[in-house]
Parts: sequence; C-alpha cells; structure tokens
Amino acid sequence: MPLALELRGVDFSYGQGPQVLTGVDLLVEQGEFVAIAGPNGGGKTTLLRLALGLERPSHGEVLLYGESARSFRDRTSIGYLAQRTTIGLHAPATVRDVVEAGRAPVRPYGRLRRDDREAVDQALERVGLRELARRRLSSLSGGQQQRAFIAKALAAHPRLLVLDEPTTGVDVEAQDALGALLHRLHEDLGVTILYVSHEFGSVERYVERLVLVRERIVFDGPPSELPGLWHDPSHSHA
Amino acid sequence: MLDLEFMRLAFAAGAIVGVLAPAVGFFLVQREMSLIGDGIGHVAFAGVAVGYLIGVSPVWTALGAAIVGAAGIEWLRARRKAAGDQALAVVFYTGIAGGVVLISAAGALNANLFAYLFGSILTVTRGDLAVIAVLGLGALAVVAVLLRGLIAVALDEEGARVAGLPVAMLNGLVSMLAALTIGVSMRIVGILLIAALMVLPVIAAQRVAWSVRSTMGISILFGLGSVLAGLTVSYYGNLPPGGTIVLTGTAVFLVASLVEAVAR
Repeated sequence: MPLALELRGVDFSYGQGPQVLTGVDLLVEQGEFVAIAGPNGGGKTTLLRLALGLERPSHGEVLLYGESARSFRDRTSIGYLAQRTTIGLHAPATVRDVVEAGRAPVRPYGRLRRDDREAVDQALERVGLRELARRRLSSLSGGQQQRAFIAKALAAHPRLLVLDEPTTGVDVEAQDALGALLHRLHEDLGVTILYVSHEFGSVERYVERLVLVRERIVFDGPPSELPGLWHDPSHSHA
Repeated sequence: MLDLEFMRLAFAAGAIVGVLAPAVGFFLVQREMSLIGDGIGHVAFAGVAVGYLIGVSPVWTALGAAIVGAAGIEWLRARRKAAGDQALAVVFYTGIAGGVVLISAAGALNANLFAYLFGSILTVTRGDLAVIAVLGLGALAVVAVLLRGLIAVALDEEGARVAGLPVAMLNGLVSMLAALTIGVSMRIVGILLIAALMVLPVIAAQRVAWSVRSTMGISILFGLGSVLAGLTVSYYGNLPPGGTIVLTGTAVFLVASLVEAVAR
C-alpha cells in the first residue's frame, strides 16, 4: 500500500524570494491523522500546497499515493479546505449549494443523480447540518460555516482530507466541536487527515502525530512527546 | 407597437440577449470579474474598426476580436502575468486605442459607428435575428450542460482545481461565452453598454435571491424584464433603446437594493 503522502528532500521558494522550506522529509501513511503546526510564515501552507500539487518544489520530490503530486490523477479523492476560505459568502449560496459544489468534481456535467444527492445528504448529516441545508451560508456562525466547508470536502468521498487553518475566526466552543467532528470522521471513515494550524488546543487531543514546521521540520512525533516549552505552537520556537 | 415588424424583431432579439447576458454574466460576477465585459467590448470596438477597414461585416470581425480579447485576458490572468484587473486594463486600453486608430484609418468616424457603440436594435433584420438565435441558444445550452462544474469553479476555484475539475478550460469557456454574448448583443445594446446587461441583473438578483440557482433564475428574469421594459419605454418615449434598457436595469438594481434593505 503506497504512502498517502511523501515529501523527500523538498526545498521551496516563491520565485526568487527567500527559501520557504528547506530539506523537508515527511512521510504520511494512509489513515493517519496528522497535525501540521508552526508559526505564521513558517511554511505550513506552502507545504500543503506542495502536497496538493499546486506548487512545484524547487528541489526534491512530492508524491501522493505513489504518484507525482503535480500529475496525480485521482483528484476527486482529495477533499481540501483552503485557508480563510470565503466560498459562497459573497454569493447567496445555501449550505446545500456549497456541499453540492464539492460533489461537482465527481459529476461536473449534466444533472445530479440519486447517488450524488445521497452523497450530499450524507455529508450534511455527518457534520450535523442537515437541518440547516437550505439556509444561506452567510447567515450561519463561523463554526457552522466551517462544518459546511468540511461537508463540501466530504461530498466526493475523499480518502485524504486536507484542512488549512480551519479554526481561524471560530470560537473556542466551535473549535472543540470541530476537533471532535474530525476525530469521528477519522474513526468512522478511516480517512487520512492533514490538519494545518498555527494554534491547536482541542485538536491536539485527537491527533496521533504532530509536525512542527519552521522552514524545516523541527519536531515530528506524538503530541505527548512535545517538549512543554513548545506546547503552544503559535509562539515562535527557539 | 407589435404591429410593426421591426419592433417584433427587436423584441425577439432583445429577449434572447436579455436571457443570455445575465446567464453568462453570473459567472463573471462570481469570479469578481464584473468588468471583463467592458474590456472585451472595447476590443470588439477594434474589431468593428477592422471590419470597416477590410470591408467585412463589422459584426463578424467584432465577434472575432472579442474572442481574441477574452482569450488574452484569461491567458494573462491564468498565467498570473498580471492580476485580474491589470490584465483587464491592458486589454481595455489597447482595444479602445486600436479601435480609434483603425476606424480613423478606415475613414469611418461617422454616425454609423454609433450603431455599434450604443446599439441599433430597431434595425435588426430577420437574418440578424437568426444569427442571434442560433448563437444565443447555443451558448445557453453550453451553460446548461456545464452548469454544475461552472458553479463549482465560481464558488471555489482553488478547491475545484485541487479536486481535478478542468478549471482553466471552464474559465476559458466562460470568457469565450462572454465574448460571444458581446458579439451577439452588440446590435441590441451596443458594445459600450452590453457589459451592463451582463452585470446589473446579476448584482440586483444577489440582493433578493436565497440560493445560487435562484440568483441565476432571478437575474435572467431581471435581464429579460429590463430589455422588454426598456424597449417599450424607448418606443413610446422616443429614446435610444440601448441606453434605456441599461437604465431600466439600473432601476431594477435600485429597487432590489431597497427590497433587501427593507427585508433586513
């Protein structure tokens, strides 16, 4: 069984800019729940963008399920929630509209079939938004919006779920709920989760592995083994 | 009013454009490229000039130029050679400047030009209507078939790219459809006003709609309503049709904004 994600000897910089990542080696097995943390500007989002094949490394290789991330074909198997996402907040999109958009990669053309509608219903159910499906997304709380975006990412039945700073602008209670939700999805669906955040708190309880990035990988292991000094990764590390 | 053949043709052609412009404009507004229609319109103006210069019907050369302009904007944007609005600015100014130089060279700086700039719906012929119907309905059919993919890209372009949707192709297609809409609508509202008909009904609908599909549906109703009401007013008030249609669209937008404010 190939690894879900492999980064080997990866360096990266945007154009002629300073090096954002240097010598990054990261292997993620299928079914792992990995949190990627580090200070702002430390290269976390860049690492994700490389993993998703959105950027080309200046050195090294990035593989998704054994294939080069840039030319990875089975793309509907990736559910992605981008940083500070504003999906459907400007348009009058309902929760259901947003989740249906997540199903579009499976069936982009023609009419929705029954299995598509079921997949959308199921995704809404999993995040507990079935009752609010017809509400406008912009009328929901930050936490509910994040759950809608996760449902969007789930609608195509992904095997890899990639979330970039999903708790930005979400209150502590909703962050706890989000952590518990991801834990449930991980347990129930066996989906591999890459979770990027500069702050942790509730999710730290559920992840099996924490990767700290500050240009390089400066820690990789279970959160319990993290030196106490580093427990709040939003602060910069010596 | 409808006893007159030219008014019947005007209403039929206007109805197609009234539906097509907001149906395509919806995707431009969602991608925050509301002004792309203007940019393409200015390139179409250069196309009109080329038509005069080489003695070909300006409708076809304008359509060709609009497609080239749309492809240029999309190429600059997709390659990140320039931000969306900068790409637009380059194409916009080059189009209008090129148009002025070429039209002067063709010795066509005359009243006829006004028909292309501001529309001349009352001179639509049966042949024009047939072209507008075929191209317009074809474009609408493309939107209908690709609707789900187009909406997914409009709502979340990066998410769609990660999930493997052919984002560049779908974006390019929207730009091509915008160019086609401008080419088709040029006779109705003019190349300087057509962009308004692609944008105003959509942003008006956003004020009162409750979902993505209702936004599309209401914007099409608003577009159609603006064209039909605008034509009627222009007929009885002896006003220029293109301008009257767009001002009707502005009025619809103001009413929709008022309804939204009251509903809150």
